[in-house]
Amino acid sequence: MEQLANIFHLGLKELRSLQRDPALLLLIIWAFTLGIITAATSMPESLHNASIAVVDEDRSPLSARLIDAFQSPFFRTPQRIELSEMDHGMDSGQYTFTLNIPPDFQRDVLAGHSPAIQLNVDATQVSMAFTGAGYIQMIGAEEVSAFLRHYRADLPQQAALAVRVAFNPNLTRSWFGSVMEVINQITMLSIILTGAALIREREHGTIEHLLVMPVTPPEIMLAKVWSMGLVVLLATALSLLLVVQGWLQVPIAGSLPLFLCGALLHLFATTSMGIFFGTIARSMPQLGLLIILVLIPLQILSGGTTPRESMPELVQQIMLVAPTTHFVDLAQAILYRGAGFSTVWPQFLAIITIGALFFAGALLRFRKTLAQIS
Amino acid sequence: MSAPAAPVAQLQDVSLQYGKTCALKAVSLEIPAQCMVGLIGPDGVGKSSLLALIAGARKIHSGQIEVLGGDMVSRAHRRQVCPHIAYMPQGLGKNLYPTLSVIENLDFFARLFGQGEAERKTRIAELLRSTGLSEFGERPAGKLSGGMKQKLGLCCALIHDPDLLILDEPTTGVDPLSRNQFWELIERIRRQRPQMSVLVATAYMEEAERFDHLLAIDDGAVLATGSPAELLQRTQCTSLEEAFIALMPEAKRQDHKQLVIPPRPAGEQEIAIEARDLSMRFGDFVAVDHVGFRIERGEIFGFLGSNGCGKTTTMKMLTGLLPASEGQALLFGQVVNARDMATRKRVGYMSQSFSLYAELSVRQNLVLHAQLFHVPATEIAGRVTAMAERFSLGSVMEQLPERLPLGIRQRLSLAVAVIHKPEILILDEPTSGVDPIARDVFWQMMLDLSRNDGVTIFISTHFMNEALRCDRISLMHAGKVLDSDTPKALMAKRGLPTLEATFIAYLQDAVGEKAQQPAPEAAAPAAQTNTLKRKRFSLLRLFSYTRREALELRRDPIRGSMALLGSLLLLFIIGYGISLDVENLTYAVLDRDQTTTSQAYALNLAGSRYFIEQAPLRDYDELDRRMRSGEISLAVEIPANFGRDLKRGGVPQIGMWLDGAMPMRAETIKGYVMGLHAGYLQELARKDSASTRSSLPTLEVRYRYNPDVESLNAMVPAVIPLLLMLIPAMLTALGVVREKELGSIINLYVTPVTRLEFLLGKQLPYIALGMLNFVLLVIAAVWVFDVPLKGSLLALLTGGLLYISCATAMGLLMSTFTRSQIAAVFGTAIVTLIPAIQFSGLIYPVASLEGFGALVGQIYPTSHFLIISRGVFSKALGFTELYSYFMALLITIPVLLALCTSLLKKQEA
Repeated sequence: MEQLANIFHLGLKELRSLQRDPALLLLIIWAFTLGIITAATSMPESLHNASIAVVDEDRSPLSARLIDAFQSPFFRTPQRIELSEMDHGMDSGQYTFTLNIPPDFQRDVLAGHSPAIQLNVDATQVSMAFTGAGYIQMIGAEEVSAFLRHYRADLPQQAALAVRVAFNPNLTRSWFGSVMEVINQITMLSIILTGAALIREREHGTIEHLLVMPVTPPEIMLAKVWSMGLVVLLATALSLLLVVQGWLQVPIAGSLPLFLCGALLHLFATTSMGIFFGTIARSMPQLGLLIILVLIPLQILSGGTTPRESMPELVQQIMLVAPTTHFVDLAQAILYRGAGFSTVWPQFLAIITIGALFFAGALLRFRKTLAQIS
Repeated sequence: MSAPAAPVAQLQDVSLQYGKTCALKAVSLEIPAQCMVGLIGPDGVGKSSLLALIAGARKIHSGQIEVLGGDMVSRAHRRQVCPHIAYMPQGLGKNLYPTLSVIENLDFFARLFGQGEAERKTRIAELLRSTGLSEFGERPAGKLSGGMKQKLGLCCALIHDPDLLILDEPTTGVDPLSRNQFWELIERIRRQRPQMSVLVATAYMEEAERFDHLLAIDDGAVLATGSPAELLQRTQCTSLEEAFIALMPEAKRQDHKQLVIPPRPAGEQEIAIEARDLSMRFGDFVAVDHVGFRIERGEIFGFLGSNGCGKTTTMKMLTGLLPASEGQALLFGQVVNARDMATRKRVGYMSQSFSLYAELSVRQNLVLHAQLFHVPATEIAGRVTAMAERFSLGSVMEQLPERLPLGIRQRLSLAVAVIHKPEILILDEPTSGVDPIARDVFWQMMLDLSRNDGVTIFISTHFMNEALRCDRISLMHAGKVLDSDTPKALMAKRGLPTLEATFIAYLQDAVGEKAQQPAPEAAAPAAQTNTLKRKRFSLLRLFSYTRREALELRRDPIRGSMALLGSLLLLFIIGYGISLDVENLTYAVLDRDQTTTSQAYALNLAGSRYFIEQAPLRDYDELDRRMRSGEISLAVEIPANFGRDLKRGGVPQIGMWLDGAMPMRAETIKGYVMGLHAGYLQELARKDSASTRSSLPTLEVRYRYNPDVESLNAMVPAVIPLLLMLIPAMLTALGVVREKELGSIINLYVTPVTRLEFLLGKQLPYIALGMLNFVLLVIAAVWVFDVPLKGSLLALLTGGLLYISCATAMGLLMSTFTRSQIAAVFGTAIVTLIPAIQFSGLIYPVASLEGFGALVGQIYPTSHFLIISRGVFSKALGFTELYSYFMALLITIPVLLALCTSLLKKQEA
């Protein structure tokens, strides 16, 4: 009972400190509102506004028809350029794709030859290279077939392709981006808040003061976990309701409470991580660096930025240690695919286990590090 | 006293307001030149504010202050006189850098004032010798005892021969021997430089007796001025301490009565605190050497000793904060156990440095501590009120401790230590910096506790009149107890009239022949630095900060190596990890045709390296279920009669379902299947040789710069800019805010260094570290990842230099913008992580971004450097082709620095 009281009072203290830091509050509000809107609305469809240039050496109705087929929003209006301009344009990154239509293209097509169009792709833009090439190939085939239909009867065999997308029919990026951004902010904020709060107590000598009082390290840690967890959970819930569902109009397929339960467990894991880092780092500069070194892979490799299954096996295995990997997984399942607890329980379990390990690790290090500071 | 010169400082109607509190009320006074002027008065009456205003560290709100013949409101005048003023702020070593050694701290200040190497060396040696710090030249300032820190602070203030020396309670927490040395040192300096004026605030009245001129202040207004003799005469008192009390207004005096020490009740008492051969070693250094004592219940036991003799360490062992290396500490007859909660409740502890929550108000601090000690909820309000009354905290209950003067903070710490009515009180210099009236009130309370409630009090102090009030005292030096007895007995043993003389005699015996000779009165080297001081921009000052920052970085090798190794590790993980060629996609086929034609179509997919086939689907329900669980990300439906329709020239429709939960992946899958489908049609046309005349054009796709479209070759040159934004920015992010939080920012306020010098000086070492990091990353990219470096290395390095300058400036910007380190870390993470990862072209080209992100992407440094990096690595480009991106970076640097400079203040608001 007394322990619970301690945890409660110390947690209140954390909340009060937070309240005294207007710059920090402002940053938190930014992170959960405009930060999310910005990230969600800026993300392009993977083939969006792609810059394309065409070297048209044929100048026939067919080539004109082909060029007109590249349209917004997938492509910017194609630039007609000379062959000599092509290399420079690609070098400087001006064009991601250049299409070279050879002389006598239309004639050869009508004659039943199979003339070759050359497509140059800037492969440093990996995200667009494949998709764009696929689109261009498809568009080319369609346009030529349609053109031929006017002139010839003996068309080759045709099969149509109808692509339907489940869960997000228009592949609206903001649906995905907004929620992934919320997850990024949850992780970032909870790790920083708890880790830095611990280091601050050490640097100001207040932790020493706590330890002569009838307060134990687990109580000090749990106080930080609940208070900072609460702040972030509240921010998350509000952000999902007001920003993601309200402002960005993202439909949420599954159960929000179930997701918040997941977020709660995730917060336990990340706040424990924060404290663990707080016991490893000896000063705030060290902590800041440690946190950024951890946040980078957490943000990039948890599956929220690029799909997990295409990462190398080793990286996939390493990232299983990160709670975010499981959280991203369960968030996608619950929020988009409407999965229930029966589907996502393995992720819940994984997050709890990771959180418990970090909490235990932090506890173990807590006393050791305190001996160093005095 | 010398012939009256023009006053060194003149104040006219100076007022200062903090929020609702009024620190100074229309103060007008003159500070005579070329003498020692003492500022005395109770705690919290505006002494420190007054000194800070005169030193130019704080912004003048209203009124006029003239110092050294000019108006301190004028920035030009401040810049001109700043090198002639030295200001030592209140608090133990607040303006020092804890990780730098004693000599390095001094060297830093000497450089700030533009001294040459020879001059610096002689001055530092001279100052160290005269303060007895010579032996400790290499010790980090953070590891010095309180008194030594104060001495070092003084040395730092004196390094540049100021004309006006402003000392804010310089001897608070300093032992008597050092205090003597301290004032002798100042005397000596004054003899050498008679033109120097000294302005001191002090809580020690014995010290004030030495001064030429005193200003008694109360409640933000001047009560009396005059020489000590004049004040004594006016008040008809024999000692200044009494005179001080007499000068106070009636209201403050009334609760003061002469302290009477009742005798302790006779008879054996149980032993409350006991130390048996207690020792503490830190490495080779023996901090406490077999200390033993037994303190009876209800006794007031005083602990006296020079600074750094192990008093604090002994106390920490008694509280269980430090485990003893040897020996035992016992409380109530039980060995101290850090896990024993019951004992902790019976002990109250007050540490030497303020260690309460600066971000909680006074009331909140009191309530929190009462709660943590499990004072019953119903009693808490009453206790808090009682404490507020007892320690005269009533008027500041809602304020934050960081805004309060030292004396009041000490009272708060004491109130916190006794709020739970402990049976043992362990107090480490509780009255340092507390004014005489408050000290007496406090002692009255301790006597009550001891005599009436039987509370055992273990107290360390530097005040001899307090030591006299103790039942017994221990004299400690260099980790050993020299002697323990009642104060009277000790004086009798030595046959000396005062305790101070007795104590010093003991110490001198212990120090033995090592006793420091007063430094020879070598003439201080003449200041030749005037030419340098006036410069508006000085590289010397800039490098002084650079050196300091670099030293700090070197003292913390973990940080530097973490940055280097961490970035290499991340280059590997992310370089391999962000694979944008989406692969290993799981799919399943719902084949309603089951002919060879339909199987051929499915085979077309299975042959692709991107897809992995799963067990076939039977119906829509299964499709839905398996897709929802994430098992498959693509489902292909081949309609019934597909083969037949195809042959007859109909256009059968293949259906594909994609998992759209992750749009980017879905887009890519869509691109793949469209390409595959087109390929299938072409293949079909080729085979369909019956009507061989027809055929579609072929599309020859050439992937340039990275023919195999290997993610690695594209990603590594892009990950390097990412890492070089995040890591250098985080390294500098704490540079300024840390100084703000820990107090050393005061050096910016009171030394001639300009804001730009300060910022650039801090930035340089991190640019150097960043470049080293960059070179390592490039080496790793070329030799480990085999990413070809096709373009100009010089262009890449130049771009890197500009870019790292931008990144470090971003960190500094967050650092000047925020007030707390936490906010700086968080803010830096926000302004770097998302823009660098999402808006700079790492994954999506900047051109295709939309909205605010597109705007950020266009101006964010990472976008520019990403193009430079990819251009040089993959496209064999150089300066000419990438010219505009270099320019963009070049323009960003001054913009960021100008923003930093404008956010940074040269004075405290």
